[in-house]
Amino acid sequence: MADTTSGTPVQARCIGDTAIIYASDYLNKLSGERIERECKRQLESGCRALVINFRDTELVNSIGVSILMGVIDASEKNHAQVIFSDVNGQTADLFEMLGLTRHVSVAKDETEALALITPQANRAGSTTS
Amino acid sequence: METNTQRLLHTFAALADLGQEIADTGDFEEMLRASFHLLLGSLAIRRGAVGEYNHVGKTLTLAAARGLGDVLELELPLSTEHARHLESLGSALSLAASKKEAARFLVDHQRTFPAVEIDLLVPLVVRERLIGVVLLGEKATGEAFTEEDVEIVKALARHIGVGIHSHRLLEEVEHKADENRRLYDGLRTIYKETVHAFAAAIDIKDRYTQGHSVRVGKYSEIIAREMGWTDDAVEGIAIAGYLHDIGKLIVDLNVLNSPGRFNAKESKEMSRHPTAGYEILSPISHPYADIPLMARYHHERLDGNGYPDGLKGDEIPPGAKIVTLADSFDAMTTDRPYRNRLPLADVLEDFRVNTGTQFEPAVVCAFCRAFLKEIEGTSKEKRLMKLLGKNYDNVESVSPILTQLISDLDGDGDMRAASAAGH
Repeated sequence: MADTTSGTPVQARCIGDTAIIYASDYLNKLSGERIERECKRQLESGCRALVINFRDTELVNSIGVSILMGVIDASEKNHAQVIFSDVNGQTADLFEMLGLTRHVSVAKDETEALALITPQANRAGSTTS
Repeated sequence: METNTQRLLHTFAALADLGQEIADTGDFEEMLRASFHLLLGSLAIRRGAVGEYNHVGKTLTLAAARGLGDVLELELPLSTEHARHLESLGSALSLAASKKEAARFLVDHQRTFPAVEIDLLVPLVVRERLIGVVLLGEKATGEAFTEEDVEIVKALARHIGVGIHSHRLLEEVEHKADENRRLYDGLRTIYKETVHAFAAAIDIKDRYTQGHSVRVGKYSEIIAREMGWTDDAVEGIAIAGYLHDIGKLIVDLNVLNSPGRFNAKESKEMSRHPTAGYEILSPISHPYADIPLMARYHHERLDGNGYPDGLKGDEIPPGAKIVTLADSFDAMTTDRPYRNRLPLADVLEDFRVNTGTQFEPAVVCAFCRAFLKEIEGTSKEKRLMKLLGKNYDNVESVSPILTQLISDLDGDGDMRAASAAGH
């Protein structure tokens, strides 16, 4: 289910234990907080990978960056992988410059993002039978 | 685009957004949280907090935080000495000093932050007073903070400091305004109670007109409200009604309580009361306009034959014209030692005859409208009828007279007033 607590709902869908979340056109305070809530909700419900799709995102401001780092932190704590997909050139440069790409994978599109997801056992560093 | 230029543009955008956040006078906590996010996002700092310093409690309250665990609203002790030291660092804070302060902070609060790295501490100082601090952890790049980073953080932190400072000033002003409002309300209540006490004193002195001042105040209020006066002005006219005869306090008691009509000497003594009332009321700072003038001029007439100053038409303040009519109405509708109260039809006939010479047409018209509304039940309250009390039966019978008077006055009232004023 998507987050609808305020304003336009965040679009999200799940494929297995991967959640694909669609960022809005301008990732600022309101929309950023909605995405953060949705990501945390997905992690709490057992998602092991988050794909954040930026296909509609024109601009990410500083609040957006801070909120994405919150998502990265929460994912790391849950041993979940974060992949950004469909990032436009300007935003990709910003993420690179600020070091976000050290903590997330960046994929050209959703298909590539899903292909980048590594098995959970490897990510979590645990052994499963 | 060159990385440095891109970084600069990103910082500028953060600064611009921060300016908007600070200027927004809405939710303070929201403003602080958004500002804090802007600060973290400008350099992609992974963890940190903003704390507000309380000089009285000597505590630092963490108002926004990320990546430091459950520390929101936490109150950390911070001594006056330490606060003064942070104040002294001011805008010259270097990277080394900022790191040193962060290390000291971590040592001081080891229990609260046992496994957290805080790399920088930037004091928020406004007008040489410590407002709070910003604590910052590692950057997402993993690179160490640079002097340039510290300058950027300081620039953004200054805005946050000013935001907190402005909020506190606003809170202080609001608190003082509330306090003043309470004091003012208290004084106003005392003033009104004093006025009522004076009205009672006036009416006790004149045993033939008991309750007269209070009734004149209430009639005046009804008329002013019907004339569309503001609430404040209506309150003022009621007070003027209560006090209009205060000058009677200096009138010889024997004259005041004389059982018959006044002789020339007694009339002269009585006619002192409007001027005496003015002199009693003038030194007082009334919360309403023209109270002393309304007492002085309540025996003036539109045609200039009144006293004490023989004013004509518009020379008489509007409030005094209202009190004049209210005073006459009460005088005619209550028993006096030398005559019984008049029938209401006779009172209204007196109004009709004397409108434009003694009474202001607009005031008479408003009085008649208010009276008619009560009789016809179109006004909720029956204040006028209650004031007339049990003295009058079949009040409804004057409806046609009131209707006729209103019709006459609406038609040529202004003309009669202008004529009486000598214009």
